[in-house]
Amino acid sequence: MPDEAPRGARRFLTDFLRPSRSQAVMALILFICGLAAVMQVTANSADAGYSTMRRSDLVELLDTLNAQSRRLEADIAELESTKSRLESGVDAQRIAAEEATKRLDELGILAGTLPATGPGIRMTIVDPQQQLTPEILLDAIGELRDAGAEAIELNDQVRVVGTSWVGGSAGALVVDDVALDLPLTIEAIGTPHSLEEGARFRGGLVSQVEGPAVGGSVLINQVDEVIIETLHRVSEPQFARPA
Amino acid sequence: MIAILGLLLGVAVGIWLSPTLPAVLQPYLPIMIVAAMDALFGATRAYLDHTFSDKVFVVSFISNVTIAALIVWIGDQIGVGSQLSTAVIVVLGIRIFTNAAAIRRKVIHA
Repeated sequence: MPDEAPRGARRFLTDFLRPSRSQAVMALILFICGLAAVMQVTANSADAGYSTMRRSDLVELLDTLNAQSRRLEADIAELESTKSRLESGVDAQRIAAEEATKRLDELGILAGTLPATGPGIRMTIVDPQQQLTPEILLDAIGELRDAGAEAIELNDQVRVVGTSWVGGSAGALVVDDVALDLPLTIEAIGTPHSLEEGARFRGGLVSQVEGPAVGGSVLINQVDEVIIETLHRVSEPQFARPA
Repeated sequence: MIAILGLLLGVAVGIWLSPTLPAVLQPYLPIMIVAAMDALFGATRAYLDHTFSDKVFVVSFISNVTIAALIVWIGDQIGVGSQLSTAVIVVLGIRIFTNAAAIRRKVIHA
């Protein structure tokens, strides 16, 4: 090329169209350049350039990442402790709520505001001469309570609670404003054996009812599952306030 | 024309075969590419000056690339690798701009 010297564009055009040794050399060099450039670009975009980084840069990067991970671990520990604190608070609250619910159930059974079920006795009093007096019934209820009755129901009509009263006259018994039909059925939840003994002892309910004054009969069944569904209606206390 | 074909072929091979350089050489590849660019601009300028010689070009190309990589390698060995690579790139960049200015004057006479 140095030996011939046409001007500018024409020279470029003739050189472009005519292969020569120097063009072949250029081709080889450019081939290498293109290859290297593409390799570098792909390596750069492939792995964020870590593989092309120097050792000191990598060490610095590693230090930064270590510091960051230590900070994040501290954060994690703090958040874990917060979490466990909150969880234990939730636990305590849940246990308190469970206790309260349990106590509510117990009190509800005691006050007659919840239905109750359990082992107990079913006692049927037949009184053909209509001589069963309120006093005998009151004694019977008292004796059942002494024998450990936890819930008492009369005739599936009345739930006997602490404030229940017994009135009326012989053969026309009234409990808590409810007139009881005869024969009278008393259901009580408690230890069946104790309850039966509480009714049968000498001078107790059975001997009173079956005695000559009343002339009735008493049938006592021990039942595995007595169901008491009658509820007592609680009226708001007018004078008493929690102290 | 063969030169252009060579460039295109190199790019194509790089894309399709995606060869990987040994890890030892990888930090020096960017420097080598910049050195090669410098050599190419110098060759273009020489061509326009009617002083182009393929022998000179090949020797200058290889020595440029080798020296650039060598300088950075030495820098890495003595712990100033990143600074030296910056220095090499600055120097080569200045040369590239000088050559580009000369080419511009030759081609569009401005």
